[in-house]
Amino acid sequence: MTPTAAPEAAPDAAASEAVPAPSAARASAAAGGGPVVRTQKLSLTFQTADGPVYALSGIDLTVEEGDFVSLIGPSGCGKTTLLRVIADLEQPTDGDIQVNGVTPHQARLERAYGYVFQAAALYPWRTIERNVTLPLEIMGVPQAERRARAAAYLEMVNLAGFARKYPWQLSGGMQQRASIARALCFDPDLLLMDEPFGALDEIVRDHLNEQLLNLWNTTGKTVVFVTHSISEAVFLSNKIVVMSPRPGRIADVIETDFPPDRDLDFRETQAFIDVAHRVRMGLRQGIADDD
Amino acid sequence: MTTDAQVTPAPADAAQRGRLRAGLDRAVQGRALPIATVSLAIVLLWYALAVWLNADLQINRFERADQSWTFGELVLATWAQDRPMLPAPHQIVAELNKTVFQTGITSVRSLVYHSWVTLSSTLAGFAIGTLLGILLAVGIVHARALEKSLLPWIISSQTVPILAIAPMIVVVLGAIGLNGLIPKAVISMYLCFFPVAIGMVKGLRAPDPLQMDLMRTYSASRWQTFWMLRWPSSLPFLFASLKVAIAISLVGAIVAELPTGAQAGLGARMLAGSYYGQTIQIWSALVAASVLAASLVGVVALGERWAHRRMGAQP
Repeated sequence: MTPTAAPEAAPDAAASEAVPAPSAARASAAAGGGPVVRTQKLSLTFQTADGPVYALSGIDLTVEEGDFVSLIGPSGCGKTTLLRVIADLEQPTDGDIQVNGVTPHQARLERAYGYVFQAAALYPWRTIERNVTLPLEIMGVPQAERRARAAAYLEMVNLAGFARKYPWQLSGGMQQRASIARALCFDPDLLLMDEPFGALDEIVRDHLNEQLLNLWNTTGKTVVFVTHSISEAVFLSNKIVVMSPRPGRIADVIETDFPPDRDLDFRETQAFIDVAHRVRMGLRQGIADDD
Repeated sequence: MTTDAQVTPAPADAAQRGRLRAGLDRAVQGRALPIATVSLAIVLLWYALAVWLNADLQINRFERADQSWTFGELVLATWAQDRPMLPAPHQIVAELNKTVFQTGITSVRSLVYHSWVTLSSTLAGFAIGTLLGILLAVGIVHARALEKSLLPWIISSQTVPILAIAPMIVVVLGAIGLNGLIPKAVISMYLCFFPVAIGMVKGLRAPDPLQMDLMRTYSASRWQTFWMLRWPSSLPFLFASLKVAIAISLVGAIVAELPTGAQAGLGARMLAGSYYGQTIQIWSALVAASVLAASLVGVVALGERWAHRRMGAQP
């Protein structure tokens, strides 16, 4: 890891050049109108050999531009499935969903989002730099610009010196940061993250949470973040969606108004503890319903 | 006194012994020592077998010549026959020396010439077979219909004994005017496309679901997914298949020379040897074939290492 770099120091001049200034992004969020993601009575049922599995049932969710929305719930509550439906990796069986005002399929074709998976999913035969530029290659960006953008975003995730390394030469946390740089480098307005830090130890996780919050503050991107960690959800989000399993549904939606420049110590404050308590209650309710 | 000296050896002595020990460990752990041991055992066994198998004939010969013999004479004689049941290793080495180094490489008596004839059809068959195998695998991976229709045929093609089908291929191709190298290359191809096709189907499907999903989130085309993900993922499988393919491609070329009455090639050399009871000639052709096979596999392994390094694999 890179313990020396303070999270505030992450983006330098090069990075902010490639990234829209936060104020501008916020302004466009206000001007842009409609929500980034809107679902109405969204349901998804998997037909399996053991009968139907109700992964999602009647999901009504709205994600506004510039939101940081966490989907939290126990395993099997459909939070990952919901994220995959937004990304057009799964097809809903019922209900409506729009991403940027169009179907998820159309949004995917327009490359509206960057997706960060549970595992870094770096291609082992590519250097870190070429992993980051993979989406740019696919989108036909010229090489000089690809390299400039890779440099900027690797700098942003504190991996500046690792461009020429191969994935196996990096720790798990560094690999995941590289995959975040990969998701950001084509500058999508929407970032979909599926338990990106789930496989990392808590110290690394805390550090990356701070970096991610800082990244969200500087870029003004819309983030939908799947997690099963209460403190992660409360610390990062301005909107927490508590889900419960069988069938996967929304149990509670909590909006918070925490200061944007909060650091890890904020988790000791009463405001944080109150919200965390409400999330825990929501989760417990979901489990109780199940039994 | 003496016990003391034994318990505490001088430091220099200990260091030397340590070095010796380390060297010995390296030799045991390395491949040199086991290979040398096994080779030596084989050679000893071979000489013993040569005595045993050739003794009857030799005793007969002694008796016909009314010659008295000792056991030592018998052993030496069994290792020096003209047409032994099993030639001794040094006889084969002498024959190899004569036909490889002492004969001009353009002569029909040169083993280098015959090896080249076989090698050329091996390489032609290998190239076509590899290409065919890759194309079949690409088709199978991308179209369900092709998997259902082609895969059973690909597998059943290998259940036909090559010895049965080789003469027919030669006759049919001969009827349409294709002779010499082409029929042999076709038989090599027939054998070696199979491991490539099977290995590549597995290899092109090697990317894990996450890696495939990633391509989908970028709305990558099939072509891009193929070149940027499927193809690089399949290379380890390709090289494993190629090692098998090149070895059986050589077998195919040799087999193809047997029923065709070919005038040249290692197979022809073996066949001629068996007609005239020239066992030494057969065995030297056999040795040449195995050296050739080992070198071909070695070349593929070198290619594998090169590709491995280019793809930044963990050493």
